[in-house]
Amino acid sequence: MWDNIKDFASEFFVTGDPLIYGADVAIVLTVVAIVSALTYFKKWKWLWREWLTTVDHKRIGIMYVIASLLMLFRGGVDALLMRTQLAMPELDFLEPEHYNAIFTTHGVIMILFMAMPLMFGLFNLVVPLQIGARDVAYPFLNSVSFWLFFMGAMLFNMSFVIGGSPDAGWLSYPPLSETMFSPGPGQDFYIWGIQISGIGSLMTGINFIVTILKMRAPGMRLMKMPMFTWSTLSSCLTIILAFPILTVTLALLFIDRYLGAHFFTLDGGGNPMMYINLIWMWGHPEVYIVVLPAFGIFSEIVATFSKKRLFGYKSMVFALMSISFFSFFTWAHHFFTMGSGANVNAFFAVTTMLIAIPTGVKVFNWLFTMYRGRLSFPTPMMWTIAFIPCFVVGGMTGVLLSVAPADFQFHNSYFLIAHFHQVLIGGVAFGFFAGLYYWWPKVFGFTLHEGIGKWAFWFWNIGFYVCFMPQYVLGLMGMTRRMNTYGWDRGWWELNLTSTIGGFLMGIGFLFQVWQILHSIKFFKKAPADPWNGRTLEWTIPSPAPLYNFATLPRVSERDPFWEEKQRREKGILPPPPPPLEPIHMPRNSGVPFVMSAFWFVAGFGFVEHWTWMAIAGLVGVAASMMVHSFNYNTDYYIPVDEIKRTEAAAAKGAV
Amino acid sequence: MARQHDEHESHGSLKSYVIGFLLSLVLTAIPLVVVLNDLMEGTPAKVLLLGSAVLQFVVQLFYFMHLKEEKKPRYNLMVLLLGIAIVLTIVAGSIWIMTYNKVA
Repeated sequence: MWDNIKDFASEFFVTGDPLIYGADVAIVLTVVAIVSALTYFKKWKWLWREWLTTVDHKRIGIMYVIASLLMLFRGGVDALLMRTQLAMPELDFLEPEHYNAIFTTHGVIMILFMAMPLMFGLFNLVVPLQIGARDVAYPFLNSVSFWLFFMGAMLFNMSFVIGGSPDAGWLSYPPLSETMFSPGPGQDFYIWGIQISGIGSLMTGINFIVTILKMRAPGMRLMKMPMFTWSTLSSCLTIILAFPILTVTLALLFIDRYLGAHFFTLDGGGNPMMYINLIWMWGHPEVYIVVLPAFGIFSEIVATFSKKRLFGYKSMVFALMSISFFSFFTWAHHFFTMGSGANVNAFFAVTTMLIAIPTGVKVFNWLFTMYRGRLSFPTPMMWTIAFIPCFVVGGMTGVLLSVAPADFQFHNSYFLIAHFHQVLIGGVAFGFFAGLYYWWPKVFGFTLHEGIGKWAFWFWNIGFYVCFMPQYVLGLMGMTRRMNTYGWDRGWWELNLTSTIGGFLMGIGFLFQVWQILHSIKFFKKAPADPWNGRTLEWTIPSPAPLYNFATLPRVSERDPFWEEKQRREKGILPPPPPPLEPIHMPRNSGVPFVMSAFWFVAGFGFVEHWTWMAIAGLVGVAASMMVHSFNYNTDYYIPVDEIKRTEAAAAKGAV
Repeated sequence: MARQHDEHESHGSLKSYVIGFLLSLVLTAIPLVVVLNDLMEGTPAKVLLLGSAVLQFVVQLFYFMHLKEEKKPRYNLMVLLLGIAIVLTIVAGSIWIMTYNKVA
C-alpha cells in the first residue's frame, strides 16, 4: 500500500530538482497562509459574496488585473531564471530539460495568461464607464469568461509541480509536441490550460462587441466613441475571428495525442507543417489583439496630457479597424523558412510591410496631438512617451524581418527574440502599465505614489534597453533562440551578461511597482473624480465608481463630452439639470460561473492525466451547472431611488 | 445588461420555416442521389456538391437565421461578410501554402 502511494506520488509530482522543491514549499506555505488568514479574519463569506460570485464588471476587471500581475511575476521569474543560466558560458544553473520547460512556460504565460487578462481587465474596468453603460451586455457571461480564464491559467501553472511542464516551445510545434516525442502530461496541460481559458477569451470578445454596439449612452454615435473603446472593438473583432482557429488547431493536436489520430504526425498521412500554418493564423492576429488596445490607451493618454483633442480621429479609427482585418493576411511571415516557395513568401512579405503603414499613421497622430499641446508628464504620460521610440525601433526591426530573403539569416536568432520583446514589452506591457496608472484612481479610489512610480519607470526603461539591445547584436553574431548554454569560444558572454543585468533591472522595476501599490494603500490618499483633467465620461462619476456607474445615463452630443462640458462651464454655460432618478435595473450575483469553471478544471485535469472517470465527472458537472443556470429566473433586481440618493450623497461628501 | 427584452425582432412565419425546411431537404437530397447513383463523377460531381452546399448555407441564413429581417445597421450581415472573407482566406491561403509543403 505504502509503496503504491510512493510510486504514484513519484510519477504524479515533479521530483528531483531543488528549484522545484523550493517552489513546492513556497506554494504550500502560501496556500496555508491564505487559508488561515481568511479563516482568522472570518472572510470566507465576504470572499464568496463580494468577489467569487460577482457579475460587476469593475470587480471582474480588478480580479483580472490581480491575476495577470501574479502571472507577470511567474513569467518574470521564468525570464530571470533563463537570463541567469545565460549570464556566463557553460553554466549548469538549469538542466537542459528544465530550460526547455521554462522558455515554454515563459512564452505561454506572458502572452496568454498575462497580456490577455491584463487587457481584458482594462476592457472591463474602462469600456462600460467610457460609453456611459451600467454594465457589460452579458454580466453573467463576463463572470464565466473570467473564471474560465482563471481555471485554465491555474491548470497550466500547476504543471510545473504536478506532472511536468510542457517543454515544446510556446506554440508547441509537432512532431515534437506529439506523443512520440512528448509522452508526459506536460503537453496536455498546455492544451487544456489554453483551451479552457480560450473559451473565456472568445466569450469576452463577443461580450464587448455587443456592449459597444448596443449599450452606448444616448447620442454617442460610433464616430463619437473614445479611442480606447474603438481599439477594444477592433481587438474583440479580431478575437472572435482568430480564437476559433486556435481552438480547432489545439483540438486536432489533442485528438492526435489522446486518440492516436494523424493530423500532424510524420507518418500515417499527417503533416506537422499544417499545424504551423494553422497556429500562426491565430498567432499573428493574436499579437494585434493585444497591441491594439494599447494603441487605444496611448491615444487617450496623449490627448488628456496634451489638453488637446486627438489628432486625426478618423484616420486613427481607420488604422485600428484596418489592422484588425489585415492582421489575417500576414501569418506566413512566421515561417518563411518552411519552404513554401518564392511566390508565397513574396506575397506575405509585402502584406507584412503594408501593415506597418497604419501603425505608422498612428505614431504621427500621437506626435501631432502633442504638437503645441499644453503637455504635462505624470507617470501614464511617461510610459506613453517611452513607448513611442521603443515601438518605432521594434517596428522597424520587424520590417527588416519581413524581408523574406533576409529572414533566412535572422530567423530563429536572438535578433528575432529582441524584435518581438521590443514590440511586446515596448508596446503591450508599456501600454497596459500606462493604462493601469491612468485609470488606477478611477478603479480603486486612491492615487498612486508618483515618486516611486517614476523610479519603477526608469528601472523598467533602462533595464529594457540594457537587456534587449545586446540581443540584436547577439542574433547577428549567430546566437540562436532556445539555446540553453554556449561555449567561451563564441565571444558572446559580455553581451549576454549585459543582457542579464538588464533583465534584473526590469525585475527591480517590477518590485518598485509592487512597493508603489503597497505604499499607496498604506498611505491612503483619496482620489478625486477627475484627477487628470480628463476628457471622457468615466471621469464624470465618483472614484471609485458606484455599483451602478451612472446615477442617470449621460447624454452625449460630441467627442470628448466631459472636456467640452468643462469648457462650456468655464464660459458660464451650465449643462441642463440631470433627469430625475429612476430605479436602476441590475444583474444579480451568481455562483454558477465559478462552480462551472471549477468543473471545467476537473474535466481538464482528467483529460491531462488520462483519468476518464474524472473527465466525465467534470463534464457532467459543467452540463449540470448550465442546467441550474437555465432554470434560474431570479437573475436581476432594481436598486431603489433612495439607495441611489444615499450612495451619491456619500460619494459627493467623500470627494470634498 | 443587453436590452434584450424590449426589441424582439420578428422571427418568421410557419410558411417561411416550411419553405426553408423543404429547400434544405431538396438540397441535401440532390447530391446524395447524384453521388449514390453514379450520375456524375470527377469535377462535375465536386462542383455540384460544393454548389448545393453553398446554396444550403444561403437557405439556412435566410430562412432560419433571419438575415434579411435584420434592422439597420446590419451588424450581423457585416460580421458574416467579414467572417466569410476570413474563412476564404484561411482555406485558400492554406491550400496555397501547403501545396509546397507535402510530407513524403
